[in-house]
Amino acid sequence: MGFFLETLFGGLMAGMLYSLIALGFVLIYKASGVFNFAQGAMVLFAALAMARFAEWIPKWLGFDNLVVANLLAFVVAMALMVVLAWVIERLCLSKLVNQEGITLLMATLGISYFLDGLGQTLFGNDIYSINVGMPKEPAMILEGMFEGGLLISKEDLVAAIISAALVLALALFFQKTATGRALRAVADDHQAAQSIGIPLNRIWVIVWSVAGFAALVAGIIWGSKLGVQFSLSLVALKALPVVILGGLTSVPGAILGGLIIGVGEKLSEIYLGSFFGGGIEIWFAYVLALGFLLVRPQGLFGEKIIDRV
Amino acid sequence: MLYRENGQFKTSYVADQQIFPIAQDRIAIGLLLLVAFVVMPLAGSEYLFRAVLIPFLILALAALGLNILVGYCGQISLGTGAFMAVGAYGAYNFLVRIDGMPLIGAMLLGGLSATVVGVLFGVPSLRIKGLYLAVATLAAQFFTDWAFLRVGWFTNNSTSGSVSVAGLNVFGLPIESPVAKYLFCLSVVCVFALAAKNLTRSATGRQWMAIRDMDVAAAVIGIRPVYAKLTAFAVSSFIVGVAGVLWAFVHLGAWEPAAFSIDRSFQLLFMVIIGGLGSIMGAFFGAAFIVILPIILDQVPHWFGIPLSTATTSHLVHMIFGALIVFFLIAEPHGLAKLWSIGKQKLRLWPFPH
Repeated sequence: MGFFLETLFGGLMAGMLYSLIALGFVLIYKASGVFNFAQGAMVLFAALAMARFAEWIPKWLGFDNLVVANLLAFVVAMALMVVLAWVIERLCLSKLVNQEGITLLMATLGISYFLDGLGQTLFGNDIYSINVGMPKEPAMILEGMFEGGLLISKEDLVAAIISAALVLALALFFQKTATGRALRAVADDHQAAQSIGIPLNRIWVIVWSVAGFAALVAGIIWGSKLGVQFSLSLVALKALPVVILGGLTSVPGAILGGLIIGVGEKLSEIYLGSFFGGGIEIWFAYVLALGFLLVRPQGLFGEKIIDRV
Repeated sequence: MLYRENGQFKTSYVADQQIFPIAQDRIAIGLLLLVAFVVMPLAGSEYLFRAVLIPFLILALAALGLNILVGYCGQISLGTGAFMAVGAYGAYNFLVRIDGMPLIGAMLLGGLSATVVGVLFGVPSLRIKGLYLAVATLAAQFFTDWAFLRVGWFTNNSTSGSVSVAGLNVFGLPIESPVAKYLFCLSVVCVFALAAKNLTRSATGRQWMAIRDMDVAAAVIGIRPVYAKLTAFAVSSFIVGVAGVLWAFVHLGAWEPAAFSIDRSFQLLFMVIIGGLGSIMGAFFGAAFIVILPIILDQVPHWFGIPLSTATTSHLVHMIFGALIVFFLIAEPHGLAKLWSIGKQKLRLWPFPH
């Protein structure tokens, strides 16, 4: 039982991170109808920027304070993501307005290649660490209930709290602020939103910046856990089945989908993996999403049913 | 001046419907084939065959297959690498497990195995479209990656996980030297390119295009979406599977699943986009571009004496690819093939603007 719960918690934590990446997908899809394949590359780019600036800024300014360095690096990396959002909107999206979804998808694929190359050219291609002072040592809980207690990584707990806070903040931003309302309006109907004076271009820059922010947070958490390296951008591919499962247009769906995939992956690996010869973590998420697509194409919380032929 | 069709009158339907209706085009393609089949084997260096021509031909074939699915039928696929792998491992198993299996037979059977898997993963396309389908084909990619790595049967229980073939021959002629490999690939590619070209001009091809342009309208005029989509998946995966066999058997010789990773799928998709969606010629342009660009980019810094590490070069290649994709989607969504036909159009009227 203790082992099962530990696996479950491990899965939940991994799922939380998938959710964070999936959140970026959902935000952009909701506001602009673009399926942003580049989200993974954005996570990598943001994490690389964060890791390297945290290393460079103290050197440039000649001080030695981890907290200040991290804060400055965060600000600079965030600024970089905003610039990126602006450039993407200016040079790419604004030229592709009214194109088919498939064209936009391929454009973001191009963006993702570009970002992979750019990030590694600018910031180097080694494995970098992000040290934001996350607690590294594991903690034991519920020792009274099980023999030996449950081993939980404190880092994962902190990550989960940060993710939850981020989701809450985004929900508030979407529901309570004027900008959030404008974003939702654009998501509902581009033309109607434009006709009542909502500037589409600015909204897209904002939404890509918000997705950049989500990418940065996801990148920092992944990065401080596993180090920043190229494989980060592949892990992000896992967010695709997550959004399919949760529904492309639903923020809670992204969260729940991530958790389901995270838990399902870990549990199936432990309990079913031996039947298949192990390593089923690689495809479990995708096959689950495939099965889901056949039964319920709009996902768990997706709004509209996809038009079928 | 030279490229004029004045005076070439067509007096029969056959003449009007041929693939190259203009005499100069026929001469050009004849010359191209002559160069490819006769001059190249005599003049080409081993490096040229190994590093440029053979990969170009095989990837062009794979891009051709993908183009049928993406360009002609409008179904996006991110699992091309997987279908190549199925072809390669299928053919390997037929070759190893059946005594006296000829290479051509194994190749076609490998293509057929890819067809079966392709149709299987194409079934979701009957219910879902666009990006949803992309995720479905991603499932194919990751599943086959895993299956060929973990399931021992596919690799004939090879301990290292990598498999190899040796002593290839076609009708008793050995396919060992680079020239022989090149000629073999070239022949296969020519046959399939001709077949694909004719297929896209046939009723089936027109059905694919109707589905791509507007599926509801196509269904209304009596085209069965199920049939059209699944035939596109079948034909496309067959060609891609055969390309996979060539890539594994002829180009690599010994391979493991990593040779058909998701990067390969993306690379092929890029070839199709840059070359031109919905164009047979485009597959060749795209493949040439993507095979040759990294080689050139590799050389350019040396010419100017700028020392760049291989890592930097590969990142630059990434950036240039990405930028080009976006550029092509914005500037010329129909890719290099469209530029080519615009060029031809201008040439026909030259020196007059209209």
